[in-house]
Amino acid sequence: MSGGVAPVAPAGPSAAFSEDSEGTLGGRLWRGLRGAGPIFIVLAVLLVLIVLKNPNFAKPTVFLGFFKAAAPLAILAAGQLFVIVAGEIDLSVGSLITVVVTSSALMIAGKAGMTLPVIGVVFVIGIVVGLVNGVVTTRLGVPSFIATLGMLLVLSGGIFYLTGGAPRGSLTPEFRMFGRGNIDHVPLIGQLPISVVILLVVGIVAWWLLHRTNFGQALIATGGNARATELAGIDVKFVRTMAFVLSAISGVIAGILLGGFAGVSAQVGQGFEFQAISAVVLGGAVLGGGRGSIPTTIAGALTLQALFTLLNLYGFPGPLREVVQGVIIIGAVAFASFRLRGAR
Amino acid sequence: MPDQPVGPILEMRGITKGFFGVPVLQDVDIDVRPGEVHAILGENGAGKSTLMKILAGAHQPDAGTMVLDGQEVRFGHPIEAQNAGVSIIYQEFTLLRDRTVAQNIYLGREPHRGPFVDTAAMERATDELLRSLNVEAAIRPNRAVRSLSIAQQQTVEIAKALSFKSKVLVMDEPTAALSPREVAALFDLVRLLRERGVAILYISHRLREIFDIAQRVTVLKDGRRVGTLDVAATTSRDLVKMMVGRDLDHYFPPHAAPADVGEARLAVRGGGVSGLLHDIHIEVRRGEILGIGGLAGSGRTELAQALFGVRPFDQGEVEVDGKSVRVRSARQAVRRRMGFVTEDRKIEGLVLPLSVRNNSLLALRSLGSFLRRGSGGIPVAELLRTLELRGAGLEREVRFLSGGNQQKVVLAKWLACEAQILIFDEPTRGIDVGAKAGIHDLMRQLARNGAAILMISSELPELIGMSDRIIVLRNGTVAGELPAGSAESDIMFLATGEQDVAGAA
Amino acid sequence: MTAPQAVMPSGLGARLTSLRSSVAANNAAPIYLVLLVVFLVAWLVVSIAGGHFLTLDNLTSMLVRSVALGIVAAGQTVVILAGSLDLSVAYLISVSALVSSLIMNGDPNRMVPGVLAVLGIGVLVGLTNGVIVTKLRVNAFIATLGVGLILRGLLNAGFDNFAGKVAPQFEVFGYGSIGPLPVSVIVLAVAMLGVWFLLRSTRFGHHVYAVGGNEETARLSGVRSHRVIIGAHIVCSVTAVLTGLFLVARIRAGAPWIGPDGGYDLESIAAVVVGGTALAGGRGGVWGTLAGVLILAIIDNAFNALQFNSFVKDVVRGVIIVAAVAIYAQRERRAGR
Repeated sequence: MSGGVAPVAPAGPSAAFSEDSEGTLGGRLWRGLRGAGPIFIVLAVLLVLIVLKNPNFAKPTVFLGFFKAAAPLAILAAGQLFVIVAGEIDLSVGSLITVVVTSSALMIAGKAGMTLPVIGVVFVIGIVVGLVNGVVTTRLGVPSFIATLGMLLVLSGGIFYLTGGAPRGSLTPEFRMFGRGNIDHVPLIGQLPISVVILLVVGIVAWWLLHRTNFGQALIATGGNARATELAGIDVKFVRTMAFVLSAISGVIAGILLGGFAGVSAQVGQGFEFQAISAVVLGGAVLGGGRGSIPTTIAGALTLQALFTLLNLYGFPGPLREVVQGVIIIGAVAFASFRLRGAR
Repeated sequence: MPDQPVGPILEMRGITKGFFGVPVLQDVDIDVRPGEVHAILGENGAGKSTLMKILAGAHQPDAGTMVLDGQEVRFGHPIEAQNAGVSIIYQEFTLLRDRTVAQNIYLGREPHRGPFVDTAAMERATDELLRSLNVEAAIRPNRAVRSLSIAQQQTVEIAKALSFKSKVLVMDEPTAALSPREVAALFDLVRLLRERGVAILYISHRLREIFDIAQRVTVLKDGRRVGTLDVAATTSRDLVKMMVGRDLDHYFPPHAAPADVGEARLAVRGGGVSGLLHDIHIEVRRGEILGIGGLAGSGRTELAQALFGVRPFDQGEVEVDGKSVRVRSARQAVRRRMGFVTEDRKIEGLVLPLSVRNNSLLALRSLGSFLRRGSGGIPVAELLRTLELRGAGLEREVRFLSGGNQQKVVLAKWLACEAQILIFDEPTRGIDVGAKAGIHDLMRQLARNGAAILMISSELPELIGMSDRIIVLRNGTVAGELPAGSAESDIMFLATGEQDVAGAA
Repeated sequence: MTAPQAVMPSGLGARLTSLRSSVAANNAAPIYLVLLVVFLVAWLVVSIAGGHFLTLDNLTSMLVRSVALGIVAAGQTVVILAGSLDLSVAYLISVSALVSSLIMNGDPNRMVPGVLAVLGIGVLVGLTNGVIVTKLRVNAFIATLGVGLILRGLLNAGFDNFAGKVAPQFEVFGYGSIGPLPVSVIVLAVAMLGVWFLLRSTRFGHHVYAVGGNEETARLSGVRSHRVIIGAHIVCSVTAVLTGLFLVARIRAGAPWIGPDGGYDLESIAAVVVGGTALAGGRGGVWGTLAGVLILAIIDNAFNALQFNSFVKDVVRGVIIVAAVAIYAQRERRAGR
């Protein structure tokens, strides 16, 4: 505060009360856990159950393999959170993943030198997709459900065009390295999957963006009350558009990882949009906006993945996993809405 | 006949009501007779609306009784009140815009044969209702409500009330959004209802209307009944006195000394917004609080919105600190260091699920770089302590705060980004007396520190007590300017254009 | 209003105003214009390319194509009008097809039990959806997505191929015709008329609009909003079951992929909003939805006739859906001024 208007004593010794005094790290962590705790507890319980059934799971390689498999969904969920926290929804990311994988295979066609340029191209595609989603939603006033549904159709048309049903071309080992490769000879744990490193980096950047920048705060405020946020001088339309761009970028990254991990197919991204939304909701975010956090969202994605692993271990037939998934998602949201009502 | 005294159809006795320990109504008596228009007069916050909501079953009284048609009644739900013959027409209509007139009137009680709605019967009944109001030519039963004017929608609300065979009809500021011609039509309707023996409680603060339409008038002040008079035996002078005569129990900070007032920081020349405002000439100077008065619908809030770029001026010129500027959006306004404390905190002022801290920093962050987390070293806790925001931690969600504390968070938002031109729209509405004084002090202190403040208020004591100059709006333009400390009747005169009231000064 | 006769046009004039406003309030009007344009363009393009568009055969095939989507879209209209939505229909369609074909197993005597059983399942699923949305207060998107997942899991756990067989007589539903009219088209017409009548002429229908328009207002008027929303979900689920029955009558045996492969969940929602029904509820109607369904079918048909790569079809479809909703949004914005 310069010698301006506000009748506020100059900051100084009182800095203990300033922005930086959100409390000690421990206090902050505790608040975060208390605010969004249940999902971490659920995740921990699931992981313990997995280890009990299969002690091998506790080995670093296997344990990290779990994270490796979960990385694409977790990254996608982190991206989706930006959109959901702003009060919107993005249904187009699943087909974007497929576009990324099939178009990369087509463009690279096994030529190692093409890997980096093609990665650049798919990022551009993603950004364009996000911009279009955002502009159609904010400028044309189309509900994001419909706008991104339209994008889903356009992209799946694009996939057909590229593949004609059966994907052509192939990915190089350099490209597939991101999703399936490991960093060898890491002390203590031996192998560290590259995708886990990417997940960590994406997670930290997303956390920083949402929780530690003006942009993130503006986004959360927009989802909480767009009118009041606009009157506080924030360009709500721009902020929302950027959320769609971030969601699309997360789709591109998830696509690159899946291309390496799962290989090239025209179905690779199918259903991922709903899984990502489920993970976000499991992580405690509210559809309609205003609430959500990156750590709990990633925990939500890991929980979903742990659930699949566990059901697998206990010999559940694959499809029944979906039954459990459905029950759990509904239960989680019912629980959250009950808690929100109770918190008065 | 209406003028003959008959027994009251409705009596409310000793009605008392408080919210969160703050008394809003204390021991209020009121009654209304069949075929009578009984006006209820009082300033904002006098308790009129709460009284009527109790009558309509939307609130329950803490104490007191209601007798309708000789029977003691208690309404737990608006539907119970309606079925008993008590209807209320709120300022905000409760019609479904995409449904027809008939569908709206009979919502929830559609005439039916088995599960099937008897549309013909419903539209016939609606037509009869509309005929009985002489509006059957303008409003057809099968028309969608969205295609009707405001005045026509109000008529539909009245028809809906009549369809319940209402014995008592409450009208809450019914003329606020109507043109003079529409007001005349409404009064024709009200007279028609009177002749039919409907008892009407008519809430207004437009004196002239009361003389036009009412037989008796009850004045409320600070939640108490001041008195009930026969309109024929009273003058507007008496009413103004009853309304405003008050104990000077509220302290206002001293006005600005002439030396404190500097150059114009915000000036509007010939400003207009088509259909809402025209020929607005206003200057707000450094160090002063400019009060804006006027009746509801005179263009007060529209002026604030135009200045802040929400619904920008389409005519005229705006200058900020001597430079001609265009403010086309709230964002541009904030960037020109303007701040807007809106009338409705919850809808326009605060993001309810966010913390006190994040709400306080919202505007500041809109100015900062996107990828930084700006608090720019603003000591939020310090700021809030200066605002005397007690009993609320920084991380508390603002939805849990009291009205006064919420308003302080709104203020903190503009203080944090050092807004220099502040627009206050009803700064103390819905805030208890203690918190009011705090906000008034703060406004004065801001002005003293060099801010230019424009304050809209419909509470005359506040307008007079706080403003260094007062501009009164009427019909979308400036009706006149008054100096600090002017009499309430002078303001009323400018606001209504009534000679009679001016005589009271 | 002072003297209404003086201010407002009387007699014929008033009736004209009223007529105009009731047409304007009917959002379906412009979409039929769009339908006509799409139809004419498709006709022109297909004819120039040397294909047959305006033949009885082709028109019939277009209609039949619309039946499956049309029936479920009619039900989807009801839930969306009530301010909810249903993403579980695609899997319910599969359940309906599979269970009915399993129960019938080629035996004509078991036609009625088969149909009744799946109708019962439909009511149950709708009830579940509705209760989760209203009583547990779970966002409709998540609630019906979750129920859809549950149904999908059950389907895929039990079946991975065609199962059962419909009774030969049942195939009439899919292939038969009365005079020149295919039975399926008659069924579509009946479903549309039924939903139209439900919305227009029953108290339930009126309350659907009220709850979707403003739940608070509806509740203050004594409407039991939870019952209305649950009822709307039941109607939607039953139409999904009917679509499943129609599809199984054509395919002759149920399979778990019948519903999801048709994309009936998102397609039905798209048809509803293209038809001018507001996604937020309270405004619109089933005739708009019919136009939406027909537009999607014409695009399908024209691209097939042109033997275009199907990617163009998807792209055009996506663009049309978004454009239609954008136009409604702009109209709404202008009307709001």
